[in-house]
Amino acid sequence: MIKYLFNYIIFPGFLFTAIIGLAASWIDRKVTARVQWRVGPPWYQPLMDIVKLSIKEITVPRSASKGLFFLSPMIGLSAVTLVSTFIWLINIDPSSKGFSGDIIVILYLLTLPAIAVILGASASGNPLASLGVSREIKLVMAYELPFIISLIVPIIKSHGLLRLSEIISYQTTNGPFVASLSGIIAFIVMIFCMQAKLGFVPFDMAEAETEIMAGTYIEYSGMLLAIFKLTKTMLMVALPLFLITLFWQGFNFLSIWKYVILLVIIILIRNTNPRVRIDQAVRFFWGKMTLMAVVAVILAIGGK
Amino acid sequence: MNIKLKALTKSIWVYHMSTGSCNNCDIEILDLLTPRFDVERFGITLVGSVRHADAILVTGSLNLKAIPRIKQVYEQAPKPCVIIAIGACSCGQGIFRNGPNCPNPVDSVLPVDVYIPGCPPKPEAMIAGIVKLIKELTGKK
Repeated sequence: MIKYLFNYIIFPGFLFTAIIGLAASWIDRKVTARVQWRVGPPWYQPLMDIVKLSIKEITVPRSASKGLFFLSPMIGLSAVTLVSTFIWLINIDPSSKGFSGDIIVILYLLTLPAIAVILGASASGNPLASLGVSREIKLVMAYELPFIISLIVPIIKSHGLLRLSEIISYQTTNGPFVASLSGIIAFIVMIFCMQAKLGFVPFDMAEAETEIMAGTYIEYSGMLLAIFKLTKTMLMVALPLFLITLFWQGFNFLSIWKYVILLVIIILIRNTNPRVRIDQAVRFFWGKMTLMAVVAVILAIGGK
Repeated sequence: MNIKLKALTKSIWVYHMSTGSCNNCDIEILDLLTPRFDVERFGITLVGSVRHADAILVTGSLNLKAIPRIKQVYEQAPKPCVIIAIGACSCGQGIFRNGPNCPNPVDSVLPVDVYIPGCPPKPEAMIAGIVKLIKELTGKK
């Protein structure tokens, strides 16, 4: 019991993932600044933002539904903490951990941060937040379809294994899935879905700062906003690690370059694209991305 | 220096409130985010919602319609929150001193912490004003 609590709160769970996520978000801001020929913030800037937000006053709008307004940031944070604890533990020790069907549980838990944002923003009672919510719901429906279809590819290629630790050990004996044709197609689809799940620039229409003033987060302040920001930074660790686990032979402390490569891809996509409209995003995910994912599944059934 | 004060002064999120300005100060404020000045070095970013703000930049000669709005915006901001008056109009009403539409200076309505004069003030002047504010808050001379 104590061991599980330690795992959840300190070592691979909350604290550890939060520190790595803050470092990753600093790298993101610094590289973005360098791309735009700026100097960029110092290394402690994301930590300072979180500390500053957590000591500010929490304002609650009069029209808000109070319980849901306070509860929804906690839902998102606890879900992403559980996912990151699970993925870290499986990757540190692939022999003993996990249960059958844990891929499906992680799939559901990865949807929960978006659900938490939707619940909290619609509880805040702001018209711009409700506009952001409608965009977020459409975006979730758009990217979940190709995400789930391309999740089938590693399951087919490992002959029906539904346990993450078994998928890692299958890849260590038979080579990574990303080296095959269907694997690389599904991996590319997953990278675009990851960009949308993180809410980064081509797909950040739910919190469009210049358009609907931070959209879903518009009424959040203080500690609650800090929790939402922390959820997003921790998702920036959990999602790339999930992709590496599924397609790229898993992860240990020596192969940190895999994470860095995925992070650089995210940042480059973010800095070279303008924000798309919500209808363009839905067309992109339900059109090209779903088609690519289906082709990957067919190729995987054919053994490519 | 304690960690609270350090966090508050190292990460100032700025909300931009125009109370009937001629848009000149607003353009100069946006200049601060360009590569030449880059205030993100000091952790200063522009936010869209006043709920996230640590500082409210007031520009323009506060006209009668804007007075209830700016009071409401200030009440919506989470405290601690500072108010920075930018430009000659919001510091001392500028050329609208005898105008019938803007009888109240900004500091008769809100507790202004920093005055940055100029029509419009240069971006260097705004950075100097912010630096003076941070020095005042942290007590360093």
